[in-house]
Amino acid sequence: MEVNVEARRILAVSISKLYASRSQRGGLRLHRSLLLSMVMRSARDIYHSSRESEQPNGEQPATEEPMDTNCDPKEKARLAPDLADTSADMAPGVSDKLDESDCDITEDKENLSPAKQSRKRRGKASAAPDFLPSKRARLEPGEERYAAPVGSCRAGVGDYRSALTLNQVIPAF
Amino acid sequence: MMAGPGGGSSDVQWCFSQVKGAMDDDVAEADIISTVEFNQSGELLATGDKGGRVVIFQQEPESKNQPLRRGEYNVYSTFQSHEPEFDYLKSLEIEEKINKIRWLPQKNAAHFLLSTNDKTIKLWKISERDKRPEGYNLKEEDGRYKDPSTITALRVPVLTPMDLMVEASPRRVFANAHTYHINSISINSDCETYLSADDLRINLWHQEITDRSFNIVDIKPANMEDLTEVITAAEFHPNQCNTFVYSSSKGTIRLCDMRASALCDKHTKLFEEPEDPNNRSFFSEIISSISDVKFSNNGRYMMTRDYLSVKIWDLCMETRPVETYQVHEYLRSKLCSLYENDCIFDKFECCWNGNDSVVMTGSYNNFFRMFDRGYQQDVTYEASRENSRPRSILKPRKISTGGKRKKDEISVDSLDFSKKIIHTAWHPLDNIIAVATTNNLYIFQDKLN
Repeated sequence: MEVNVEARRILAVSISKLYASRSQRGGLRLHRSLLLSMVMRSARDIYHSSRESEQPNGEQPATEEPMDTNCDPKEKARLAPDLADTSADMAPGVSDKLDESDCDITEDKENLSPAKQSRKRRGKASAAPDFLPSKRARLEPGEERYAAPVGSCRAGVGDYRSALTLNQVIPAF
Repeated sequence: MMAGPGGGSSDVQWCFSQVKGAMDDDVAEADIISTVEFNQSGELLATGDKGGRVVIFQQEPESKNQPLRRGEYNVYSTFQSHEPEFDYLKSLEIEEKINKIRWLPQKNAAHFLLSTNDKTIKLWKISERDKRPEGYNLKEEDGRYKDPSTITALRVPVLTPMDLMVEASPRRVFANAHTYHINSISINSDCETYLSADDLRINLWHQEITDRSFNIVDIKPANMEDLTEVITAAEFHPNQCNTFVYSSSKGTIRLCDMRASALCDKHTKLFEEPEDPNNRSFFSEIISSISDVKFSNNGRYMMTRDYLSVKIWDLCMETRPVETYQVHEYLRSKLCSLYENDCIFDKFECCWNGNDSVVMTGSYNNFFRMFDRGYQQDVTYEASRENSRPRSILKPRKISTGGKRKKDEISVDSLDFSKKIIHTAWHPLDNIIAVATTNNLYIFQDKLN
């Protein structure tokens, strides 16, 4: 239990460090980002394995909980650009760090369908910890997704599962 | 532990000599010292700072009146080496902070050094001018041209003495070769080439050629998702011009031989110590990352610095270091706090003394540590203004780790983690050390009797 609390705290600290490092002078530091992602991975693994051991009857909560569709449309719009910003901000810094023109590869990673993202474990492990921001709104039929802000290196942000997956931290370069 | 390691004898006493830099507690970011390096003779001491400036100090010759006192270091030259730049393509600012300075071996009256920021390396020439020509035929003393028709006789201009002027001029700029941030430069013993290393690649340059470099190590994976380690430091062997080493964030060191192939991705030797499973924690990877690697002067050993220790490796033995010294083991139980305040990412450097008998590295609270390899002694000193009366002897410091704190001991909880000594340098031939706190440079020397 203690480990679980500790792992959560470390995860939260790590994520805030990762976000903060984006606005650092000199750009994202690969070494630092790599170390942060390693800590996050350890903390995430411990967090999830300790949560699994807390549920002895093997109950599995839903992997993705759709947002309350009755929520305020302003909030929806706020959340979407938040997540879009994450990707858009990381993407230019990210893809520009690649010395080949890997924009397409990065975009493909973000737009991968769940089936192709085989590295992600299904079930418990990919459930977002409850201290992370909520997922994007589930669209009603006929509703359009909010467009990515101008200046992002690609037209649409695409569909992705969480604001920040570990697999995307390093491809950010 | 007994006091006074240094120079192979146990009775060396270190004394304060000088301190350079502003005295205010309010440190301007540009003044933060980012690198310190003696030249090969020890006569010159260069520092680089976050503002992109290089300051070179020169040791005064020993005076005949005071034969037992070494000369002081005074400012010799100051120049702006790097300016902030903006990479428009990537929308990234390039910091002007000087990451490393390396002196070239001296070949003539002028001095040459390489200085680098994250992206660009520059070769600087520092030369003295103490004479100027006077008595031009066509020019007045103030530079105005004379009317040729007024000249009735010719004379040869004469070199007349003038006040010493030290000029620094950029002779070469080695740019656009690094996608990632440069962490090391190292000059080859062949006196012609040097290497520069960033997170994923190492390039080989000729000192005269700026528009071309050869990539000799490339650890970038085809898929960046597979990235597991980065290069943290690299250095050429001091006398084998075909050999260099590079350290990684995983705590390994690879020794490469450039004769084996053009691309040295396959190491000749891999130095790695198995991890102690008892010490496993969230932060094991961070603390095993090597922040500095330095060959011994004799070329038989190399030293690595990771977050908590200094290790000496025999180049003939890859399986484990021959010596391990704990720098501040009492921090092992505080790694979580050090992670939160970012101190765990500090990249401490280390250095050898001239005869490879003592090694030195920095710590927190403006402490620095020396380890005498021969006598197996270690000592902790503090660089502070309070202990800086001229020629005052440095008192060894002790950190109390247990419950009971003895008199004069400092408890771990009262250490100031904002005061860190990252950069240290040892005079190549003498017992003089330069230790950089955040914005001050302390010079200590051993007491001559």
